[in-house]
Amino acid sequence: MKTTYRAAVREAIREAISQDERVFLMGEDVGRYGGCYAVSKGLLEEFGEDRIRDTPLSESGFVGAGIGAALGGMRPIVEVMTVNFSLLALDQIVNNAATLLHMSGGAFNVPIVIRMATGGGRQVAAQHSRSLEGWYAHIPGLKILAPATLEDARGMLWTALEDPDPVLIFEHVLLYTMEGELAEGAGPVPIDRAATRRRGSDVSIITYGGSLHKSLEAAERLAGEDVSAEVLDLRTLRPLDTEAILETVTRTNRAVIVDEGWRSGSISAEISARITEGAFYELDAPVARVCGEEVPTPYPKHLEDAALPQVEEIVEAARSVLPRTAGVRR
Amino acid sequence: MTHLYPPSPPLPDRAHARTLLRHMVLVRRFEEKCAELYTREKIRGFLHLYIGEEAVAAGSVPVLGPDDSVVGTYREHGQALVRGVPATTVMAEMFGKVEGCARGRGGSMHIFDAGTRFFGGNAIVGGGLPIAVGLALAARREGSAHRGSDGTRVTACYFGDGAAAEGEFHESMNLAALWDLPVLFCCENNFYAMGTPIEISHSETDLALRAASYGMPAWTVDGMDVLAVEDATRRAVEAMRGGGGPHFLEFRTYRFRAHSMFDPELYRAKEEVEKWKKRDPITLLADRMREGGMLDDDGMEEVEAEVRAEVEEAVRFAEAGTWEPVEDLTRFVYSEQDGDDGEAA
Repeated sequence: MKTTYRAAVREAIREAISQDERVFLMGEDVGRYGGCYAVSKGLLEEFGEDRIRDTPLSESGFVGAGIGAALGGMRPIVEVMTVNFSLLALDQIVNNAATLLHMSGGAFNVPIVIRMATGGGRQVAAQHSRSLEGWYAHIPGLKILAPATLEDARGMLWTALEDPDPVLIFEHVLLYTMEGELAEGAGPVPIDRAATRRRGSDVSIITYGGSLHKSLEAAERLAGEDVSAEVLDLRTLRPLDTEAILETVTRTNRAVIVDEGWRSGSISAEISARITEGAFYELDAPVARVCGEEVPTPYPKHLEDAALPQVEEIVEAARSVLPRTAGVRR
Repeated sequence: MTHLYPPSPPLPDRAHARTLLRHMVLVRRFEEKCAELYTREKIRGFLHLYIGEEAVAAGSVPVLGPDDSVVGTYREHGQALVRGVPATTVMAEMFGKVEGCARGRGGSMHIFDAGTRFFGGNAIVGGGLPIAVGLALAARREGSAHRGSDGTRVTACYFGDGAAAEGEFHESMNLAALWDLPVLFCCENNFYAMGTPIEISHSETDLALRAASYGMPAWTVDGMDVLAVEDATRRAVEAMRGGGGPHFLEFRTYRFRAHSMFDPELYRAKEEVEKWKKRDPITLLADRMREGGMLDDDGMEEVEAEVRAEVEEAVRFAEAGTWEPVEDLTRFVYSEQDGDDGEAA
């Protein structure tokens, strides 16, 4: 079945609301407008205002209300328009959602799912282009998902709703229009392990979210140079699938980490540290990273392109960790 | 203290008046014991005492039913005790013992108890308000799915005058009113946000007026008069049981002790404190009961003796409690399922 990432997310929401009366969607413009990225288009007409709830522009208020509703026995899906605006709800996400289970000695879990768009590449400047999922992955108590494929866009939501603890789902803005084939019976997928998207033996490209497709393109180009690149899609940033990371690096002995987030104090730094801790003696070269340039994302296309990881940079980074004899045809 | 309150309601029957009195005395003596235990370093961290404000918890919390929910602040011992969280597990929590109501993970500021639907214990000023809105939303949704559209379950949310300056206050008032949710906003206005007086925190110090601007009934209540607190709470809860939306009660009250055990109280005059102490909520009720022939010295001593025994038992329980093994440190970061230990990855 041909579909889009956007439609896959919509189908996941539709299924969840149909199958579990505790589930409802709330957020800014999710109802009448149809969702700022048109994800929930048509759902208000189908399910009504109790299940598809337009909220005022009160990120802290409605995210907190989602937490309260989860404590009260519901399974809310809260849509925060973009990760940039989620900063207005940081108190609720970090001080409450991530903390209540521990602080209450296990008495109160918070089964909430918070979805938000993330990432840059649409020339909408610094306050609409951030990739802060790595920040959230710093917080114990949260689970952080980054669906990059149609299967994951369709399947991660249900598994997240079944999870007793708060789950944040980051959807890269450039993926909503991505088209592809999705199996008719596509359903829930696990949310606790990485997936190998391309097999290879010379170098491991470790990535997630919007950067997955750039990494796959880079791997294809590298194949043209007789370099066999493996591409590991992390899928989940917390908990990190350390086993899968170490496994691929142990086989290829070389690693390139691609992350749209900034380099300093980032998830890419964490991945690199885990490789150092767990597979240092397997490495034939230092770990390389391709990250967002450390500037607030600028508006003009040429500067924005320069600020975000690009396919050519990934190819270059892979070459840099390979022995000089490899890739002779370049 | 020149607020124009309505006349205090008449005394209820003796048994009920005694319950109100006993609740206030329990909170007072429990906290006096806490202060003592703090100086003996049995209780550590932050300790915020409710002494002086007991009428608010004693008058409002018992109006709620067992299916209702309570959201508190970091000054929540009073609400927890009156709600029925056992004094033993509250004290053990303050000691940090595993027998505490939150296994000692939260301490004084984070009392949680699933059995009494006591949802904390929130130490971020204003942070509990959106949660209360969500609990009320869940109650309303559940009500419409299972019990018609009566929406009978109420969520009482306690917070101070300081919280009324937070954005979350306004977001929550707007959401609750917009969605007509049964939240009872209980503002404990003790006139200080830690050490900052209300006059230099708020452009409009009539907090009920601000709540009313969101389109909800909002009343200013004499928070030192437990009968007035109870009467106002009953009216609000009855209206919500009947399908009404949120209500806002501003209880004007005063804390007799410092903000926390670290507070040297440089910001307010002793005379001001003494003036408020003349309206001690326990004395106010006891005097009226005496006038009404419901209480004498023996009766008062009986209440004190009961409370003394309860507090002593709480301390014994906490002392006898155990420390959670360090190996369990990372439990409860995630829920424990199918035999895993919920440890952080």
